[in-house]
Amino acid sequence: MIEQLIPILATTLAAATPLVFAGLGELVTEKSGVINLGVEGMMLVGAIAGFAAALHWGVAGGIVAGAVAGALAALPFCFLTLSLGTNQPATGLALTIFGIGLSAFIGQFYVSQSLPGLQPYAIPLLSSIPLLGPVFFEQSAVVYLSYLAFGLVAWMLARTRWGLILRAVGESPEAAHAIGYHVIGIRYAATCFGGAMAGIAGAYLSTVYTPLWVQNMTAGRGWIAVALVVFATWKPARLMLGAYLFGGMTILQLHAQGFGVDLPSQLLAAVPYVATILVLVLISRDRKVLLLNLPASLGKPYISGG
Amino acid sequence: MSVPLSPPEIPPRLALWHVTKRYPGVVANDDVSLAVMPGEIHAVLGENGAGKSTLMKIIYGAVQADEGHLVWNGQEVRIANPAAARHLGIGMVFQHFQLFDTLTVVENIALALEGRFDLKTLALQVRAVSEKYGLPLDPQRLVHSLSVGERQRVEIVRCLLQNPQLLILDEPTSVLTPQAVRKLFDTLRQLASEGVSILYISHKLDEIRELCDRATVMRGGKVTGETDPRQESAASLARMMIGRELPVCSAPPYHGERRPVLQVQGLNFRNEDPFCASLFDVNLSVNAGEVVGIAGISGNGQAELLAALSGEQVSRPDAVLIEGAPVGHLHAGQRRNRGLAFVPEERLGRGAVPAMTLAQNYLLTAHRQPSLRRHGLISRTRAREFAARCIERFDVRCNGVLAAARSLSGGNLQKFIVGREVMQEPKVMIVAQPTWGVDVGASAFLRQTLLDIARSGVAVLVISEELEELFEICDRIGVLAGGRLSEPVPREETDAEQIGLLMAGTQQQAA
Repeated sequence: MIEQLIPILATTLAAATPLVFAGLGELVTEKSGVINLGVEGMMLVGAIAGFAAALHWGVAGGIVAGAVAGALAALPFCFLTLSLGTNQPATGLALTIFGIGLSAFIGQFYVSQSLPGLQPYAIPLLSSIPLLGPVFFEQSAVVYLSYLAFGLVAWMLARTRWGLILRAVGESPEAAHAIGYHVIGIRYAATCFGGAMAGIAGAYLSTVYTPLWVQNMTAGRGWIAVALVVFATWKPARLMLGAYLFGGMTILQLHAQGFGVDLPSQLLAAVPYVATILVLVLISRDRKVLLLNLPASLGKPYISGG
Repeated sequence: MSVPLSPPEIPPRLALWHVTKRYPGVVANDDVSLAVMPGEIHAVLGENGAGKSTLMKIIYGAVQADEGHLVWNGQEVRIANPAAARHLGIGMVFQHFQLFDTLTVVENIALALEGRFDLKTLALQVRAVSEKYGLPLDPQRLVHSLSVGERQRVEIVRCLLQNPQLLILDEPTSVLTPQAVRKLFDTLRQLASEGVSILYISHKLDEIRELCDRATVMRGGKVTGETDPRQESAASLARMMIGRELPVCSAPPYHGERRPVLQVQGLNFRNEDPFCASLFDVNLSVNAGEVVGIAGISGNGQAELLAALSGEQVSRPDAVLIEGAPVGHLHAGQRRNRGLAFVPEERLGRGAVPAMTLAQNYLLTAHRQPSLRRHGLISRTRAREFAARCIERFDVRCNGVLAAARSLSGGNLQKFIVGREVMQEPKVMIVAQPTWGVDVGASAFLRQTLLDIARSGVAVLVISEELEELFEICDRIGVLAGGRLSEPVPREETDAEQIGLLMAGTQQQAA
């Protein structure tokens, strides 16, 4: 029984990895007080850039290209919302629509091509731990990168001066400005980091998870990432939990369809979304925790005064 | 705390020479000069709008002067931004605290410091400094759970850890109890004796006479005098500050019938929001003809009590009574129909709509006034007439009834809003922070207005942070602290000391 579970759990991790990257990036962005609804668009831009680059320079080149493309896609959003003070949700929606269109336009030249993908690499010693080893440590290098990203983001937010500044700017840009921080600059950096992470998520999809380009291949994962951040009450560990839950439900419902469960496939396909949101709503019920972690200035334009 | 009679070769810690700062349409600082010696406590005295804040912003690098020189320890300097000011050794304690609610005390302090990021060591330093200067603080507490007095300590300790040579405090006592003010003064004197210069911004004459070695008085952006405040009387300082005598209110006795008009019985309100207060079993009765004051520091349930009284928050029907009739379940408009008038704390945004004209703003609450209606419809002409009458009767300085509310100064807008409510002949009038940010002349006018309408038979309830104001106009004073209201006692039977202790009651502020 356990042996049958291992591949299911291992594929769960692989399915969750794009959400981990995109979610962690959006979490950092939102902690600085900026809500970027363009995650889906930035993921798609990262996916096509990563795919094109991987054709020449392999998966590593693809991931780097995805990160760069994602960060570049975030730049016009930064300029509009942070420098010009436009409405963040509206501008983010525009970025998503832009990303869908741009990636489809560039992608038409890549439709019939495919990539070799990336073979899993079993980490010596760690992978021989029973059950956990094959699940967590016989994955592709990009999945390991996602563990590292989680560790770094969690550590940065909780333990470093950078994390503290980020939280401070997100809570009260006025106070941060008064004690001498460059609020707009910090928000540019956080938003571009979010873009880069979304780009990596997209590039992982197009070069590792399903190594080919399909129009609109992110299939709403960007939106799930945005929702995960909120329901995870801006806590990295809860975000990981949510992402893996979503990944798990995605794989489970595929198996359920395979076993011929007597339910319309559309309904089954909706299960991961419903289940993830349900669980996260339950754990984020406590309003106090929510308000303590919510970046108080989230979505509000900050115009530097004085 | 001796006056540092420094020999002439010691340069002032900070000297300003002929500093001028212009904003469109107004000269905020006009040729201001000022010198602070090492170890001196120097007051900058002036009314709201006298240019004190702009001057401090120039010193702290938040604003650049158009003309003039800044000389720091004998060297001319340019202070380009707050970070540069901090590097020189200038610390600032803001009137509106620049703190982060969801971070701990030590995290808040770390944000303003440079050097190695080590919260454990810093927490020890915070404890050490806070004990040395009598500013007890727990470094690990979240700032939102602190009282206002404790938050101010965080700001002060944050400055002290940067070893400042000059400490600027902007209206530091506006939110403190009298006991906490005394402790703050002890701390400041200790700092001055160690050679730290202190710039003390205030409009409170008694405090300045008690604490400061020198005072620079400002009016309308200009320096109108420099003096030793200990040699001056409050009246002579006031003359320098406002250019005339300090106005006083007269409170004649009330001869009418004393029946309760506004009653609150066992009002409870549980607040889910950790950043807001709850109310516990609030009881209160305001009679016709009297002014009842509620003292206390904002954040102790003031906003919640006001919402419950005005009807923005409904409650049990019999929790609030107007003339004996239960109105707790009624909404704000329905309560106004029964003779309740309400002047909120925020003038622009709640008391008046900033972009609308005064005539339109007059209609916001006066539309139920029968004399404004003709054939069941509102008459705009009459609305304008009444707004004009209000402007005249309450001495509102503005460009007529078509001026936008936001174009008025704080004092004039407040006079208009209070006037609008008075003209509807209410039975109960509830006013929050009636003179907050209002100049001395308008404050006196507003206080007299509240007294006058009370003596005409209206029940007036005033919620204010200014103790002096409450002692000037109220017949009875209660204290709202930690969501609990103390029994209002006659003014003659209490004093600022007792009220201060009650204010600190559940806040460990006098600890």
